[in-house]
Amino acid sequence: MASSVRIGNGQGFWGDSVDAPIRLLRGGPIDYITMDYLAEVTMSIMQRQKVRNPERGYATDFVRFVDEVFPEVSERGIRIVANAGGVNTQACRDRVLDAARRHGVKDMKIGTVAGDDILNRLQELRDAGEKFTNMETGEGLFDQEREILAANVYMPTDGVVQALDQGAQIVITGRCTDPGLVLAPILHEFKWKGYDAVALGTIAGHILECGAQATGGNFTRWWEVPHMADIGYPIAEVSADGGVVITKHEGRGGLVTVDTVSEQLLYEMGNPTNYITPDCVVDFTSIQIAQDGPNRVRVSGVRGAAPTETLKVSISYLAGYKAVGQLVVSGPDAHAKAKLCAEIVWDRLKMAGVTFDQTHQEFLGVGVVHEGIVAAPEQPPEVVLRLAVKDSNRAKVDRFGKEIAPLVTSGPPGVTGFAGGRPKPQEIVAYWPALMGRDRVTPEVSVVEVGS
Amino acid sequence: MKRIVLAEIAHARSGDKGDGSNVGLIAYSSRGYEILCSEVTAERVKEHFSSICRGKVIRYEVPNLLALNFILHDSLGGGGTESVITDAQGKTHAQGMLQMEIDVPDDFESKRPAAVRGTMQV
Repeated sequence: MASSVRIGNGQGFWGDSVDAPIRLLRGGPIDYITMDYLAEVTMSIMQRQKVRNPERGYATDFVRFVDEVFPEVSERGIRIVANAGGVNTQACRDRVLDAARRHGVKDMKIGTVAGDDILNRLQELRDAGEKFTNMETGEGLFDQEREILAANVYMPTDGVVQALDQGAQIVITGRCTDPGLVLAPILHEFKWKGYDAVALGTIAGHILECGAQATGGNFTRWWEVPHMADIGYPIAEVSADGGVVITKHEGRGGLVTVDTVSEQLLYEMGNPTNYITPDCVVDFTSIQIAQDGPNRVRVSGVRGAAPTETLKVSISYLAGYKAVGQLVVSGPDAHAKAKLCAEIVWDRLKMAGVTFDQTHQEFLGVGVVHEGIVAAPEQPPEVVLRLAVKDSNRAKVDRFGKEIAPLVTSGPPGVTGFAGGRPKPQEIVAYWPALMGRDRVTPEVSVVEVGS
Repeated sequence: MKRIVLAEIAHARSGDKGDGSNVGLIAYSSRGYEILCSEVTAERVKEHFSSICRGKVIRYEVPNLLALNFILHDSLGGGGTESVITDAQGKTHAQGMLQMEIDVPDDFESKRPAAVRGTMQV
């Protein structure tokens, strides 16, 4: 057993920098790289892909990543834990195996952890008494007809730990918690017992889970962060005796201080004394953080308790269509002209007999995101007019998209910036958070060897 | 008493939490934290965000981090993927929070430079 390991997170969310994990891998000593590919909406996209092609439904970016780094990963013995499996961990694993063979890699084990995808089990679970009550609205999932696109359980970390215990150098999972990607290697390495220890590992994962947000990204005093272009992604240095230090590779940009780490600790926080994961419940009011040298922050004192009897389920369903279009309106009188443009669009659509479930207009540049907080400038040099509609009827949303460009020639002067074609209707994938009995799912762990 | 903006005594980060946002507000000193606790009430935050937050504001105290955590219910135009507003994830709410004005004792020395309030040169 190593006395300490360095775990870095190279991918904070679906759509994060494609170069970040490579820089993390090549930028210095590292034992584990974790990667998060699954946003709430991602699962529904992947289910769709899988329906069209049974060989799809996972994060293809991940396969490209491992293909690029296989020689180093193999040589340096770096282990990778990624939730790249989406709704098709096996297909993802098979493509990774293909890549490994192409690189002539031998003796490497690849693990998969599934069991989180309950889309095809919803009826069975309903019959067993699960109501999937919406945690925010209190509605029952089955109260009305819905086109459900995906349903995945946030799985406890055990499955990933088992795969690592069985020697997998790369572990591909479906839905698990973001902090769990970091917690799993810690539990595998050190076999920590007790909920305080599990909570400490969870907090390390929580700090790392949004990538560069722990190392100076999105930091209030942005002007103090050196070389953001080459921002180092966060690394947790974890020792067997329970020490956790958050840091980054030396020589990279970014900043790891008590202030950058505190901001990330509070990110997406609800009730701080009751942070619930499938592995434990953490009390954030117990956490102590202290500077431990340049770009090193020590985390200690974390208290945890046993997890709840339920697991969180992330369900998504089709909730109609939306489209967003925008134009730039120059001054003088940019705001007044932009308001007229908006009126014209709505009037023309009304004249064409088209109305919507919901319309929305914004005048970016005169105080939208901080409406009511910051006074609007009297004469902004330009304003971005942003119009949006929502409706259950796709054709109506499509019709809206045709009404933006004509303004350039048939509205007030100085209207420009119409680029990228007509706004297209996009599906609205709505999110339905629910709880389900913990004992309804078991992780499906499989570990295979390259070449077998 | 003198009037300052929160950015002079605290830093912050925000993100989405269901159909609302959370704003973590962190003081630069213990004295600053006490001022936050007495001045930055849930009611004041609700008033500050009255054009943005349509629901309740809940405040939690996290004294070990010198922090307050605010939940701004119904502040994302319908939440996550359904919303069509520009800031559907509340990413900018922290920066909005730091512009709130509060009263502090005259002898309170703010720790941070005036750069906190839009004085950065391009």
